[in-house]
Amino acid sequence: MAVYEPWNEARAAEIIASQAGLEGAALPILHALQHAFGCVPTEAVPTVAKVLNLTRAEVHGIVTFYHEFRRTPPGRHVLRLCRAEACQAVGADKVAADVRANLGVDWHGTTSDGAVTLEPVFCLGLCAVGPAALLDGAPLGRLDAATVAAALETAP
Amino acid sequence: MTRVFVSRDIFSVVLGANAVAAAFAPHATVVRTGSRGMVWLEPLVEVETPTGRIAYGPVTLADVPAILAGTAPSLGLTDEIPFMKRQTRVTFARCGVVDPFSLADYEAHGGLAALRKARELGAAATIDLVLKSGLRGRGGAGFPTGIKWKTTADADGDRKYIVCNADEGDSGTFADRMLMEGDPFSLIEGMAIAGFCVGATKGYVYTRSEYPHAIATFDTALAVARRAGVLGNDFDIEQRVGAGAYVCGEETALLESLEGKRGQVRAKPPLPAHKGLFGCPTVVNNVITLATVPAILTGGAEAYQALGIGRSRGTMPVQLAGNVKHGGLFEAGFGVSLGELVIDIGGGTLSGRPVRAVQVGGPLGAYFPPSLFDTPFDYEAFAARDGLVGHGGIVVFDDTVDLARQARFAMEFCAVESCGKCTPCRIGSTRGMETIDKIAAGEKVAANTELLRDLCHTLKFGSLCALGGFIPYPVLSALDHFPEDFLNPQGIAAE
Ligand SMILES: Cc1cc2nc3c(=O)[nH]c(=O)nc-3n(C[C@H](O)[C@H](O)[C@H](O)COP(=O)(O)O)c2cc1C
Ligand code: SF4
Ligand code: FES
Repeated sequence: MAVYEPWNEARAAEIIASQAGLEGAALPILHALQHAFGCVPTEAVPTVAKVLNLTRAEVHGIVTFYHEFRRTPPGRHVLRLCRAEACQAVGADKVAADVRANLGVDWHGTTSDGAVTLEPVFCLGLCAVGPAALLDGAPLGRLDAATVAAALETAP
Repeated sequence: MTRVFVSRDIFSVVLGANAVAAAFAPHATVVRTGSRGMVWLEPLVEVETPTGRIAYGPVTLADVPAILAGTAPSLGLTDEIPFMKRQTRVTFARCGVVDPFSLADYEAHGGLAALRKARELGAAATIDLVLKSGLRGRGGAGFPTGIKWKTTADADGDRKYIVCNADEGDSGTFADRMLMEGDPFSLIEGMAIAGFCVGATKGYVYTRSEYPHAIATFDTALAVARRAGVLGNDFDIEQRVGAGAYVCGEETALLESLEGKRGQVRAKPPLPAHKGLFGCPTVVNNVITLATVPAILTGGAEAYQALGIGRSRGTMPVQLAGNVKHGGLFEAGFGVSLGELVIDIGGGTLSGRPVRAVQVGGPLGAYFPPSLFDTPFDYEAFAARDGLVGHGGIVVFDDTVDLARQARFAMEFCAVESCGKCTPCRIGSTRGMETIDKIAAGEKVAANTELLRDLCHTLKFGSLCALGGFIPYPVLSALDHFPEDFLNPQGIAAE
């Protein structure tokens, strides 16, 4: 389980400053913010814009372009389930349907108890052991709905 | 103590290699390597003997005592396993053999000799060798690497860059990942050679965020190389992480992303070799392309060139994925037929049902039926049959596959991943999805099929990059080779 920090302007400024010296710093900054806060908080956008010498709209455009950046923090666990072809060939569509039904969420949704956020992903490089997923960054393979449920059950 | 080798590749880890390695640790010297690429045998354990490494797999915790006692049934010498023996390992020669974090191991297996050789030969002669080897980019487009390097070397600029494309977004591919996890120094050495040849002092590796394990492994390898002075003097490398956009694998979108912008495709010209990263001359190459260069320099351009067929020279690390019995990585000279790869080497489907279709070359690649299994693995041969070799991924499907559904997915993928610059790709893909839905529902099948073909034509000719331009490959190949899947019996009755 990932533990995120609550929003804190000074902390955000510190994170942004720590990456600002890099060439093309936008993605490293956004990744660092998401790592700390679980998302790219809207409140951080003005500071990012200032440091990168961009408008807020431009920063917003960058954040929204990339599928990976969230606008709100996820649930306690993030399950990134592969939807791509090699996993489809071994039943990923059914696994995804079952998992969505069992969790009662659609893609990008978070369960009502805040336990799990379900995100689609297109290939994890685990295409010979599909259906595959990352649960809080840890790899899972040869999945079915039962093994997904078991992994969620035992996830730290 | 006996030396035992257990892979730390994510394939092996997901199948339980860490626990197996831990079980051996009190009784043997455990070396964590990359994977040999025989994924169905993972966790694979190799035990060092005077005659070579003996393989066991797939190994469970219960097997550990018998393996230590020498009483467990083995697979024999690893190199003699048919899947290994049939290969010509050039790029992946060290993968699965060496400890990916040990520079000493790397050097003991011929590492860093190529960089020394390049320095002796000089930049121009080294580029000439790369050109003579016939090496073409392994990222998909197959552009001659030597020409790209020469163009960048000849371009004016006080600052130049080497950018390694490790975005590996194609479903069914994992060669870049396995190389970065199993033999990262070969990529580092290849980039250092490229830097020396074109006059670049800085390299970036752009790795997709979906590869957390490879990112961590490669960062560790970079630190080791820097500590040893392999990096940090006249050339250094920084790894950057993508953020889940498939289009950022396209080289100009990748450069935009590295510059901190939205990953939108740039119009060419200018070529990256002239105006690439931050407007500076830049070599953009795939992981496999760069990691193959050291082996070419040490083994000789002629030897590499002698492998392969037609204009596809050298070897290709083919990736067998999806519903396949013997999934994994198989490196061989170009020219092996698709059927040989899928049936003889891959063993057919994992489900045991008949193979009905294979998709080669990722989400933009065509679906081929078994009647095209005589196609040799060769850029031109695949193109002649309206397909792609791409990055060398083969995804196998059994007879439960619905090709209309796969065609719809291709359009959906295009809609989700479009960078938004071209109307056909941005909007047409959604139209395509809707049209396939209508066909599947049996609504005006003939007219809608016609419309779908028109749309594919527009995408093919009205797209700035191959995302929109090639998405017709999976769609049209599904329509052409599997027309029965687009004929809903109820639909026909209703028409
Ligand atoms: C939509 C799209 C996605 C691509 N994805 C990748 C990728 O993930 N990795 C890669 O090496 N090349 C990818 N390419 C090809 C690159 O644009 C480029 O040709 C390649 O990185 C050049 O390196 P090479 O000459 O060594 O192949 C992609 C191209 C397109 C159009
Ligand atoms: S074809 Fe699609 S992804 Fe490629 S440049 Fe056009 S809109 Fe962008
Ligand atoms: S397609 Fe699912 S891991 Fe590659």
